[in-house]
Amino acid sequence: MSVPDMPKGRPGRTRVRLRFSKLGKVRFTSHRDIARIWERALRRAELPVAYSEGFSPRPRVSFGLALPTGHEGLGEYLDVELAGNPDEDRRLDRLAERLDPCLPVGFRVGGAGLVEPGAPSVQQAVVSCRWRMELLGVGADRAAETIAAALASSILVVERLRKGELVTDDIRPDIDHLALVGPTPAGVEVEAELTAQPRVLRPGELAGLFGADAREGRTCRTHQFALDAHGAKVEPLPAPAGLIGWSIAAPSPSPVSGSAPLPAGAS
Amino acid sequence: MTSVWPQLEPILGRVQKPARYIGCEDGAVVPRHAPHKVAWLLCYPDAYEIGLPNQGLQILYEVLNERDDAVAERAYAPWTDLEGELRQHHIPLFSLDTHRPAGQFDVLAFNLSAELVYTNLLNCIDLAGVPVRTVDRADDDPLVIVGGHATFNPEPIADFVDAVALGDGEEVIGDITEVLARWKRAGRPEGGRERLLRDLAQVPGVYVPSLYDVTYDGPKVASITPRFAEVPAVVEKRTITDLAAWPYPRNQLVPLTEVVHDRLNVEVFRGCTRGCRFCQAGMITRPVRERPAEQVRTMVRDGLRRTGYDEVALTSLSTADFSGIGEVVDDIAGQNAVCGAGGLVSVSLPSLRVDAFTVGLAASLQRARRTGLTFAPEAGTWRMRQVINKLITEDDLYTAVESAYAQGWRRMKLYFLTGLPTETDEDTLGIATLGRAVARIGKSHTSGASVTVSVGGFVPKAQTPFQWFGQNTEVELRRKVGLLRDDLKRDKGVQLKWHDPRATVVEGLAARGDRRVGRVIETVWRRGGTFQEWSEHFDLSLWTDAMAEHGLSMDDYVYRHRTEDEVLPWDHLSAGLHKDFLWQDWRDALDELGLEDCRWIPCYDCGACTGYGVEHVVASATPPAGGSQGTGQDLARGGDVPVTLLARRPARAGS
Repeated sequence: MSVPDMPKGRPGRTRVRLRFSKLGKVRFTSHRDIARIWERALRRAELPVAYSEGFSPRPRVSFGLALPTGHEGLGEYLDVELAGNPDEDRRLDRLAERLDPCLPVGFRVGGAGLVEPGAPSVQQAVVSCRWRMELLGVGADRAAETIAAALASSILVVERLRKGELVTDDIRPDIDHLALVGPTPAGVEVEAELTAQPRVLRPGELAGLFGADAREGRTCRTHQFALDAHGAKVEPLPAPAGLIGWSIAAPSPSPVSGSAPLPAGAS
Repeated sequence: MTSVWPQLEPILGRVQKPARYIGCEDGAVVPRHAPHKVAWLLCYPDAYEIGLPNQGLQILYEVLNERDDAVAERAYAPWTDLEGELRQHHIPLFSLDTHRPAGQFDVLAFNLSAELVYTNLLNCIDLAGVPVRTVDRADDDPLVIVGGHATFNPEPIADFVDAVALGDGEEVIGDITEVLARWKRAGRPEGGRERLLRDLAQVPGVYVPSLYDVTYDGPKVASITPRFAEVPAVVEKRTITDLAAWPYPRNQLVPLTEVVHDRLNVEVFRGCTRGCRFCQAGMITRPVRERPAEQVRTMVRDGLRRTGYDEVALTSLSTADFSGIGEVVDDIAGQNAVCGAGGLVSVSLPSLRVDAFTVGLAASLQRARRTGLTFAPEAGTWRMRQVINKLITEDDLYTAVESAYAQGWRRMKLYFLTGLPTETDEDTLGIATLGRAVARIGKSHTSGASVTVSVGGFVPKAQTPFQWFGQNTEVELRRKVGLLRDDLKRDKGVQLKWHDPRATVVEGLAARGDRRVGRVIETVWRRGGTFQEWSEHFDLSLWTDAMAEHGLSMDDYVYRHRTEDEVLPWDHLSAGLHKDFLWQDWRDALDELGLEDCRWIPCYDCGACTGYGVEHVVASATPPAGGSQGTGQDLARGGDVPVTLLARRPARAGS
């Protein structure tokens, strides 16, 4: 396999995008925790991270859309600016190998790619996220009916908390895709693709559609999508070869089997 | 049931900061339990973010897990929201490492660094499913063992703890393990708990409260008597002589979520001979034992590389006094020079000494983020500082502050105590005077200069020269804080902060109480009074009500002066200091007599060195530069460290 050298972005700097997963107990860490965990991992890996100028220099790292505390993720991202000239040390295919031992158990690097100078950040680029969620206290029949009704309607009004206030919103435009995966011992598993722009719809906010006693169980963000030059949905970095899927039953990921994930952009 | 994780997991989505309960820290070990091993659960009875950084607990965690006959895990007090869920779902206190129920361990060992956590101690024991009183425990209940600074008067918690380990834990924890391992091998013989406790009482440094009878004479203790001939009348603390033999923690825990002191911590020495009379830590940790500078450098270098931290704290009770400080500083500064702008390591020196030398050190280390510096003059006038033996002149302070502002620091924080022995209103107001003077110096450098004056009420502690002093009342402390508020009202440059005088009362009660105070602690706990060191949970009325119910008075326990002949509740426990040394030091305090640091001058025979057959261990025979501490002491003297008994006490210092 040929390895691309890193082209220079800003003089002497290279912007690298990393894709990672967050699974198991560490899903209870917060977005702020993740930032600190990555700062330490980058230092432990002795990567030449670029620092901001000024009185208190910080590593030049930017994160994608925050994953709510308690949720797992298979397609999480951060951009890191590396200083200095490209060299053998920073070959993209070696990054995962260098970083994985420096990260806590539960975090794994699943790919690395170069980002063109001036390209939008992950947070700006991502238009929708795909989720797998367990809904507790809901039967498969009711779930199937609810989903069919929701997709058939043009308006879906829910009450949700925004900045501490209860507001009433139509969330139908924010649902790109919703499907029943199947029953679980305590409820059902659903798959949803929800918009991230112009506003973010959180998977837990769907629970209310399924009845008053439906509660959000384990949840995983499996994919994030941006638009390519032709307006098609693509992942900011492709899923690594042999990506293991997500299942409610297992605390750690298990291989993808029968239920093939949706092709990118399908809804 | 070996893990509560399956029950805990669905709850964690509903509690605040759930990452506090997952473990997974870098540096955590995978514990290997075995029937022949003594299983320790090391508990810090406060929230994870306070307890995780505790170095004492981390040291013992590693020392135990390196042994063949022991295994150790950790636990912290669950916050109130999780506690509610645990009780509702009948889930016990659990270890973080494998989420094993606390009741499955042989020992619940608690680190007690402060008194206000006592109700949390009871709460954790109860959450573990263990009876809170020792008399109610059965043979198969875990042993409750405590250690830490607060345990130099453990009498208020005597009814709840099976044993107390006094002093340094590194060695005694192994001795205790051996006794317990023997007991386990013997199949935990029937009715053997008292036999086991009597065996533990034979281990030097281990105090078993239930093996002593205490009698009272009104508010005073009349006698403390061992119940068996072989039980020592006085328990001496343990002291490790060579810090170099204990380079722990080797693998400091790196938490995944925010904690206090979130940085690499390297202990550079233990003990302090400055002799500040209010300072329990300085008194009970003598003698001074330094870590070799070369080992400090290695621990800093390896620790930074392993953890990924960009900040290291060199910890001790007065780090500028570390005789190898120059070498260590040069080493870190040299590393920074090759790291370039971004990779700078910042070094914090907690407990800064008040002098220009120290500020210079801080300047050479802290290139980035030069925002605030903290000094602790402790008292507002020179007279008061001689009483407490914190021998800093006003010039020392002003020179230090001048130097700090000149080198780019903008915020000064000054720590003071009020309610000190012999304190007059003039002394109290001296705090405001110093604050104003520091603000003036700041303004001459930068318009952005700010000064925070932080005032805490003084709590007399056991095993110090001030153990006989009647604490100022809540009303009096409030009045003194009021004096300062009025005086500083118009000074925008000085911000005044103060510790809640109501909490100070309870600290005083628990710091010098006897066994009768145990009932009060239990009552407060039963009424939900946990997390008392958190201002949002502290409730003085819980304590005053419980005192009244049990027929005890704050006047007797907190505000009363003790006399020389009084039996103190902790007289049967020794931190190595002779009681007559402490009494003489108390008299010297009242005479406003300061004492020089004994590290580099002849010995006062406090008892700490001679009693343990060790001398102050300093890495360099030459005292560090700077910092006369107002004594006029000739620090160029250097030379070997003498431990020579003086025929009489030295003449007045600093006059």
